[in-house]
Amino acid sequence: MSVRIEAQDLGVSYGDNLIWEHINLDINQPGLVSILGPNGVGKSTFMYTINKILEPTSGRVLLDGDDVMELSFKDIAKKVAYVPQSSGETFAMTVMDTVLMGRYPHSGYTVTKEDVEIATDCLIKMHMGEYAMRNFNELSAGQHQRVMIARGLAQMPELLMLDEPTSNLDIYHQIYTMRLLRDIAHERNMTVLIICHDLNIASRFSDRVIIFRKGTVYADGTAQEVLTDKTIYDVYNVKADIMPVDGRPYVIFHADEKDELDPDHQCGTVEDPAVEEIEKEMAE
Amino acid sequence: MAKIKYKTTINNISQKLRLSETARKHHGKEGATEAENIINEYRAYKYAKALMLIVVLFLCLIALGVDIGLGPYSIDFIKVYEEIINRFFDWGGTLDLEGKIVWELRMPRVLTALLAGLGLAMAGSAMQSMMKNPLADPYTTGISSGAALGATLSITLGIALIPGNFGTVANAFVFALIPAAFIILMSIYRKPSPAMIILSGISLMYIFNAIQSYLMIIADPNAASAVYNWTVGTLNGASWDKVPFLFAVALLGGIVLMYMARILNTMNSGDAYSKSIGINVNRSRIIILVTISMVAAGIVSFTGIIGFIGLVGPHIARIFVGSDNKILIPAAGLMGAGLMLLADCVVQIVAETMPVGIITSIIGGPIFMFLILRQKKEVW
Repeated sequence: MSVRIEAQDLGVSYGDNLIWEHINLDINQPGLVSILGPNGVGKSTFMYTINKILEPTSGRVLLDGDDVMELSFKDIAKKVAYVPQSSGETFAMTVMDTVLMGRYPHSGYTVTKEDVEIATDCLIKMHMGEYAMRNFNELSAGQHQRVMIARGLAQMPELLMLDEPTSNLDIYHQIYTMRLLRDIAHERNMTVLIICHDLNIASRFSDRVIIFRKGTVYADGTAQEVLTDKTIYDVYNVKADIMPVDGRPYVIFHADEKDELDPDHQCGTVEDPAVEEIEKEMAE
Repeated sequence: MAKIKYKTTINNISQKLRLSETARKHHGKEGATEAENIINEYRAYKYAKALMLIVVLFLCLIALGVDIGLGPYSIDFIKVYEEIINRFFDWGGTLDLEGKIVWELRMPRVLTALLAGLGLAMAGSAMQSMMKNPLADPYTTGISSGAALGATLSITLGIALIPGNFGTVANAFVFALIPAAFIILMSIYRKPSPAMIILSGISLMYIFNAIQSYLMIIADPNAASAVYNWTVGTLNGASWDKVPFLFAVALLGGIVLMYMARILNTMNSGDAYSKSIGINVNRSRIIILVTISMVAAGIVSFTGIIGFIGLVGPHIARIFVGSDNKILIPAAGLMGAGLMLLADCVVQIVAETMPVGIITSIIGGPIFMFLILRQKKEVW
């Protein structure tokens, strides 16, 4: 049930600010795919173009050969699920009702018994079963994140996209979540696309790593191919040593040597350091 | 037996999800019980909320009877319902004195109160959910002040869109729809975000208020007083020929909003997420906005501006039933209807000619304040 995502000569601008253009990517193998890159480089923007949240200014994205701009939101939602980084709920419902939102593309207006069973299943899978009847706003940031991942799983998509799914999680749940996502990707033969800032987490669990830098795809391949000290220095301007652990690159940063950090460093889109803010606004 | 059946369902679902080995461990014997508990708890929760809805409906019916009974010629609560039920069995028969009082004198007013409360509170709750703002109501979106300006034009200058008795009503209705029309025009150039809708509503409110104030200053005192009476909201003008219109507005509005309830729920999680689960957010927002405006405009144009119901009805309902719009919208509607009937009861006891809008605010304010202070859990 794997879905093929092709970005063809894709370009996005916010107003006069060009984020990137001429992006060509073909994600045709199922598995866990991580997108890495500095702040403001347009990683979330790339996700938004896949499920039509954002209209590209040039080029197109194909989902199994269909241009997403020509698909309806509903058709896309049956294939693609999106898990935002955070959720600002003004009037929160119970955790269960929140997860049931994910069933909307399949069940429409009525919530069926099967929907409740699937939602329950996903909540238990994210270790949130005991919170099912709590109000969403009563939970912590990490618990919010787990509920949102459960909501994404409940949608049973062919492509699951998560924007920094582990940013608020403790180490145990980071590893648990990443392992779960990888296993689901492999067992259901689907694509899980994540945006990640933790290079080691990405390295350990990803089947493919895509690195964005200053309006281009800088590197694309397996973790071993992509995560080298040179790439990390070029992309993040941080010196690092790479150590193989269990056959995967493990990144050790030279964090104490402050003089090595370039104060003028800008690896994001040079024209617009506020991309992340615009992306955040989009998500609200 | 049921347990075995349940286990097979869980197994089926697990297979569907093709859970990982680690995750599947949680679906052993203990996992199944946990899932079962959660599902039962959820079901119980939903039943409890539905029960609450029935309780509020029941209280409304009691308030309706009490309200009809009140007045210079007081009628017993039981007698009121006897009259109502008798009338249904003998439609078109001659009415005795009490029947006449119930059906001809008081019923239109009480039904107007009920339908106005129902419609305003349903519109208010949908408005709050759509704009993700607990302060959203017909005031902050410019609907009420638009209606007030329309009515003022008709009362002070005699400028009405249609001649005759309904001139003021028609004016109020059309002017109340201006903010929505403005948003729809704007949406051609920009996506109608909640902040944009509420801010343009507020700026239109100031413009409308300024024009209205000027018209009242230059108007003769009698007309100005009539305008003033209109702006505080009154049920004194209620009559049988107006009730069907209010009924249609509340019913149609209620149906559309209930149909949009699940979309309203997801709008709360942000536009990006709503789109990602297949909702055309911009289109849905326009549909909801138009519906809300029609309902609020329809009601306000008949009754004048009845304050607080559209804001407080939904919030009180939220405290009791939570924020799932499928339950919230009807609960808020019934709560609004109940509050209106209660306010009208007070009007009947204190002074018959007092505009009901004053009472809704005076009794609604303290009730709301009490509930906010008492509230420990965070609902908003």
